[in-house]
Amino acid sequence: MGEIISTREAYGRALCEYGENPDIVAFDADLTICTMSCYFAKKYPERFRNAGIAEANMIGMSAGVAATGKTVFCHTFAMFAAGRGYDQIRNSVAYPRLNVKVVGTHAGLSVGEDGATHQCIEDLSLMRTIPGMVVINPCDANETEAAVKAMIEYQGPCYLRLGRSGVENVTPDFKGYDFRIGKGVTLKEGNDVTIIATGLMVQIALEATELLEENGITARVIDMHTIKPIDRDIIVKAAKETGAIVTTEEHNIIGGLGAAVAEVLGETYPVPLIRHGVEDIFGHSGTAQALMEKYGLTKNKLAEKVRLAIGMKR
Amino acid sequence: MEQEQKKKMLSLGMKIREQALKAVQVPNSGHIGGSFSEADILAVLYFDKMNIDPENPRMQDRDRFVLSKGHASPALYATLALRGFFPVEELKTFRNADSDLSGHVEMTKVRGVDMSAGSLGQGLSAAVGMAVSGQIYQKDYRVYAMVGDGEIQEGQIWEAVMAAGNYKLDNLMLFVDNNNLQIDGTVEEVMSPYPIDDKFKAFNWNVICIDGHDPEAIAAAVEQAGACKGKPTVAIAKTVKGKGVSFMENNVNWHGKTPTPEQYEQAFKEIREQIEELEV
Repeated sequence: MGEIISTREAYGRALCEYGENPDIVAFDADLTICTMSCYFAKKYPERFRNAGIAEANMIGMSAGVAATGKTVFCHTFAMFAAGRGYDQIRNSVAYPRLNVKVVGTHAGLSVGEDGATHQCIEDLSLMRTIPGMVVINPCDANETEAAVKAMIEYQGPCYLRLGRSGVENVTPDFKGYDFRIGKGVTLKEGNDVTIIATGLMVQIALEATELLEENGITARVIDMHTIKPIDRDIIVKAAKETGAIVTTEEHNIIGGLGAAVAEVLGETYPVPLIRHGVEDIFGHSGTAQALMEKYGLTKNKLAEKVRLAIGMKR
Repeated sequence: MEQEQKKKMLSLGMKIREQALKAVQVPNSGHIGGSFSEADILAVLYFDKMNIDPENPRMQDRDRFVLSKGHASPALYATLALRGFFPVEELKTFRNADSDLSGHVEMTKVRGVDMSAGSLGQGLSAAVGMAVSGQIYQKDYRVYAMVGDGEIQEGQIWEAVMAAGNYKLDNLMLFVDNNNLQIDGTVEEVMSPYPIDDKFKAFNWNVICIDGHDPEAIAAAVEQAGACKGKPTVAIAKTVKGKGVSFMENNVNWHGKTPTPEQYEQAFKEIREQIEELEV
């Protein structure tokens, strides 16, 4: 079993490591010890500015710094980045194609006790619909570090979705794991059905395959760390070879990964598709684990959806 | 400022208005009133004060200008064309589907535009960011920005004002185009931002109140801003919406409205006469 570490913690370490690049500037909106931008801020104080609790201005300032040729990372909770900052991300960052990396942490229900106002289940949808935006949702520490490196190399606006809770570091165990923006990773082969997962649902998908094996079902698992641009090839291949697909995400089933996969399938190779995720309802207070149970983001519920999808095959 | 230079600046202001109006005339669409109120400030910045090079619009250490009230693009495009960033002829393509000159200012396509803007309240934040970058990397360039007096009703403006004061960005200068009019009426009728000066003072800005149509006062304010240490400077510029054309001045209807053919003729005539008078 891999190390348990949150993606935000892994992110903070990675930004600090790659932050030696003198062209990197970072902002945070009074959440450095939560988003973990604090490591960078401490090591490179001259290239860090606290924006205070003023996210709209933080994103606008990030655009301005990027307009002078720098690479800017700006941080806050996913809710206040993608939600509150939507217009600023769209008009000040994405439209002029500025090199700003918007980092939204504490995404999804696994925020836990803070409750629905802080549990962003719409960010993938909001960010995905902006022309030219790259949207990445890594599943673990290893993938997060790789994503940070790739985002620095990529010139243009990106949104990075990170979680609060600890997750198992699963990707280092997969031989030949190679992170490239826009390329999904097949973590497990299977022929009966494909689970396309993103973020912390990747680990749950892997666990679900063990339950399915008890029923003699071999499920393929694709780690779709990039929601946009979505990897069409890997989706179509999975549809052709396994005949049914289940998507799983810690996000509203509307507009996120499930929607992106549905769009590809509908236009290329329609097969049964079931979207597993938050079923268009707001979150609640509770421990992360209790909420994942309450909202059905579990291996059991996912396995149920997978059996349903197989039953829909013609 | 020498009398001759002052006349030259005033004449440039009128030429900016003339070209802005020509730009609007072809599509018969665009924002004239706010373009005319800001024109004299643009003239002084682009023809007297800013360190820019039309041959090298992306010069690294150039001074920057952000038109936060991005709808007043006709005047900025006219200024850039007259300053040599692109041919004046191109202004005729304004708001055309196949043109690079969009209705609101755009940095990726138009030579000389330093920041895209349009959604009100956002440009000042970008200007603050440019000034932060100058501060971090110890660059000598200066950053200028322009907001409308209606625009400062946006909350983000005050986030940016707070940040600039907090970061002590003395490389930043803001103009408030205080023409006192917005779409639905006077700024007081809609949502009064007054007193504007005290608000900026409270956020630790250096505050200067000027006549936004007096090139001498505009230039002096720019110099004063450059000499001020440890604080950003705002020039609250009293201006006239529609300045330069008798029937447009201080008339709320001329925010986004366009003239009739007869009105175009009259407006061009009035502007031409003023240019000729200044160039005697």
